[in-house]
Amino acid sequence: METIEVRICSGTTCFVMGSSFLNELYDLIPQKYGDKVIVKPSLCLGQCSSDDKHSKAPYVKVDGEVISSATIEKVLLAIEKKVGENE
Amino acid sequence: MNNNSQSIHIKRDILIRLVQAFDSNEFEKNTASIPFQMRPKDCEVPYRCCIYKEREIIKDRIIADMGFSLENLDESEKLEDFALQSLDRKEAEENPLTIIEAACKGCVPSRVYVTDLCQGCVARSCEKTCKFGAIEIAGGKSNIDASKCKNCGMCISACPYNAIVRLIVPCEQACPVGAISKGDNGTAVIDFEKCISCGKCVAACPFGAVNEKSQLIDILKAIKMGKKVVAMFAPAIAGQFPGTIFQLKSAMIKAGFYDVVEVAQGADVTTRKESAEFLERMENGAPFMTTSCCAGYNNLIEKHLPEIKQYVSDTKTPLFYTAEIVKEKYPDAITVFISPCVAKRKEVQVNDNIDYVMNADELGALLVGRKIEILDMEDTKYQYESSKQGRNYGVTGGVAGAVNSLLPDDKKAKPCYIDGLTKESIRQLKKYAKDGTCPDGNLIEVMCCEGGCIGGNSTISNPKIAKKIINNLLEQSSDLK
Repeated sequence: METIEVRICSGTTCFVMGSSFLNELYDLIPQKYGDKVIVKPSLCLGQCSSDDKHSKAPYVKVDGEVISSATIEKVLLAIEKKVGENE
Repeated sequence: MNNNSQSIHIKRDILIRLVQAFDSNEFEKNTASIPFQMRPKDCEVPYRCCIYKEREIIKDRIIADMGFSLENLDESEKLEDFALQSLDRKEAEENPLTIIEAACKGCVPSRVYVTDLCQGCVARSCEKTCKFGAIEIAGGKSNIDASKCKNCGMCISACPYNAIVRLIVPCEQACPVGAISKGDNGTAVIDFEKCISCGKCVAACPFGAVNEKSQLIDILKAIKMGKKVVAMFAPAIAGQFPGTIFQLKSAMIKAGFYDVVEVAQGADVTTRKESAEFLERMENGAPFMTTSCCAGYNNLIEKHLPEIKQYVSDTKTPLFYTAEIVKEKYPDAITVFISPCVAKRKEVQVNDNIDYVMNADELGALLVGRKIEILDMEDTKYQYESSKQGRNYGVTGGVAGAVNSLLPDDKKAKPCYIDGLTKESIRQLKKYAKDGTCPDGNLIEVMCCEGGCIGGNSTISNPKIAKKIINNLLEQSSDLK
């Protein structure tokens, strides 16, 4: 089975818009999914580059799918969906 | 503490747009269009009754972000005019907080309230437990007579259904000195005679109705005019951004600062002086000494706790010493303190060596607005390598730990921590002062914010993460000698 990759943006914009509050995911995801899902920080994912896109930060990528205004709940939901598709 | 609520998100969004507007060729025009960019025609109305009210509140936030009070404001004035005036301003206004009346919900007054969950039971525990005869059962339900109720809350614990609750007003609840309350029209009003500028109401209000009056425009203007603008950042700031403080320095220089200095440098001076002072006071028979670096605490002493003054260390704050060092090195510099809280704005007002304050949110907005990726930056060294102890000043236990590190083994202090000023902990301090003794220790470290400065009202990071980032830095730092 393929592993799902979660990347939490640590770029300036995402950090300033609250991505440090997503850090709980680094503990939660391995607890919940073991090695089925890898979670790691990322340099700027480039989502905030156009003028008012900072409004929708922080961004997280779950296997290529971009989640804007990311919250722990939103990210877990996206993982749940992917896990369902993979099975 | 910054709790990462949506209202903080909006505040930062506005600050970023304000930086972008300043950097554009048409500051006034682009500032005036921010409310319309954020709430364009036909957009969803996320929080308030209508799009017009949302825009109005955004406008008011921008006015505060440009440094103006919203109290006694001429509402007919246009945002363009405020933008122009902000460019002309020479000096910051006195009180650092302002209330956005349009954003204030005017919460129902704090009181004890019987909810619909009341079953009108036979036990009548609420009626029996009330010492003031304020509860009567009528219409099969418990009723509280407001004129008799003393808000003691006995009925709340007595109810077997949890049907009685205490309605609170978050700002009033958060304020440790009773300085914020509902005015004649039901919205919050700050009594600046009492206010210690701790910023707890800023963080507590779920509607984001209390705003700091920013000096962002003044600072941006000084940078634009080519002045030597030197930033001095609080130890807690080290935990507010991704990357290292060495990358942060490069990022800040790229954003326009002439030099960047750690206030941890001045903390090393404070530690040396304060530990010597502690020894001296103990030798002279003092029962205890309290630290003196927290601005919120200093404001508290001034306004509400003068009796403790004799026990407070005379040593100056890390910022004081840092600013002295910076001004000596760059006499013509404009100095800016990068702060985790609003309280320091009061300290800066009375220190001629410091010109402006920029809080962590505003620095974040500046870096985002100028599209500076901290993690892409090279390291830049600091001229003075601050100690491990100095860099830990922003975390509860850090100041007492630093002072203790320089004390001889047989004369170590026994620290006692006031970890956050609350009504309760202020009572405790009052008791120490009144009794002239502190049973819990002889070195009282007072932090206005829970967790220390990393819990300040305008911090960015989750305090746990801030602590982690700072701990990484401490591992690479050497002990103070």
